[in-house]
Amino acid sequence: MNLDSLRDKLGYQGALLASVVLISTAALALASKATGPAIAAAEARDLQQSLSQVLPGQYDNDLLQDTLVMPGPDGEVTVYRARRAGKVEAVVFQVVGKGYAGRIVCMMGVDKAGHLLGVRVIKHAETPGLGDKIEPAKADWIHAFVGKFLGDPAPEKFTVKKDGGVFDQFAGATITPRGVVKAVKGGLEFFGHEKSRLLDETGGKS
Amino acid sequence: MTTYTRITRDGLWDNNVVFAQMLALCPTLAVTGSATNGLGMGLASTAVLVTSNVLISALRQFISAEVRIPVYVVFIATLVTLVDMILNAFAHDLYKVLGLFIALIVVNCAILGRAESFAAKNAVLPSAVDGLMMGLGFTFALVLIGGVREAMGSGTLFAQAHLLLGESFAFLETTLIPNYKGYLLMILPPGGFLVVGFLLAGKRVLDRRLAERAVGANLFAQHPSQTG
Repeated sequence: MNLDSLRDKLGYQGALLASVVLISTAALALASKATGPAIAAAEARDLQQSLSQVLPGQYDNDLLQDTLVMPGPDGEVTVYRARRAGKVEAVVFQVVGKGYAGRIVCMMGVDKAGHLLGVRVIKHAETPGLGDKIEPAKADWIHAFVGKFLGDPAPEKFTVKKDGGVFDQFAGATITPRGVVKAVKGGLEFFGHEKSRLLDETGGKS
Repeated sequence: MTTYTRITRDGLWDNNVVFAQMLALCPTLAVTGSATNGLGMGLASTAVLVTSNVLISALRQFISAEVRIPVYVVFIATLVTLVDMILNAFAHDLYKVLGLFIALIVVNCAILGRAESFAAKNAVLPSAVDGLMMGLGFTFALVLIGGVREAMGSGTLFAQAHLLLGESFAFLETTLIPNYKGYLLMILPPGGFLVVGFLLAGKRVLDRRLAERAVGANLFAQHPSQTG
């Protein structure tokens, strides 16, 4: 067959490689364009979901639109503000803890008095079966933060029991909960420092 | 059809990706901390194996031997990325569970191995069956390793299966040992090496017993074919 002699030619091989790459790239570009909006929508839904988990109650603004980008405890942080009748009632922002296997990204909700409304771990790489008890699907541990603020427990008690604090650690995994607690404490301190800006008390409505 | 029986036997047992070819050990050791993770990785790999085998076998007339490897690599990487994007867009909840594994499939040398040693030489249908059987054999191996590690490491079996398969599969989740303190070694990478080692030894012993019995019954024991 003609194809057999053609296959050994250098030009054929170059053209083959080029066309394979061209077709693949075209397929990827098409798929990326086709799936882009759906992926963005799914991610926005995820964000909305994790926001509502750390922010119980009813608010009358669109949190995803009412944001504030400012230097936070771990570099730049996006703060989502929940309002009722134009006044900021609570804020949600991310904090990053140092775990046993890298960064633990948490989302925390704080009301205007500085009390924790909720904390959720949204990204981590902790040991399955040990450190992953920070996920609400696997243990109730993360709910222990609700209602806490710097004062109850006192700042020096705001750590795991092993370090003289009030939060439980897990059997076989202390570093993970320690990292989460430390990150949440950092977040509360950040809230304390930036309170007036976060609650939009200085200026008019955005 | 003896060829299809042969392909099936090869994929599931005689030439099993993990237990006989010793391929794909990197993803194998990485994800088999639990049976559910093993199942997820196995199924995702199977899907990519079948499609890549079909694609490469359909185009085998046009691919010249000198540039076949880059062509396969581009095809496999493209397929994996497509699966990744499509799952992310249209099965987002499943993607959140499987997302990590899908990217790992690119480095699964078993897929390149099947492209090279089977799909490049065979017609589309046998290649599809080969991909399916190799994939199922891989899934079986991952679930077995994951199950052993999970049972010994955390005392459960198929924990979190409902996240992967939906609520109707929640019945799979069993606690083997209540109030088990956990045995960290099994969940960490060394446990993976240990379990794979013992399972491999077990398969060798079993295969030898079977071969001896077959010889005893005056049959020729068929030797597993050699693949790269």
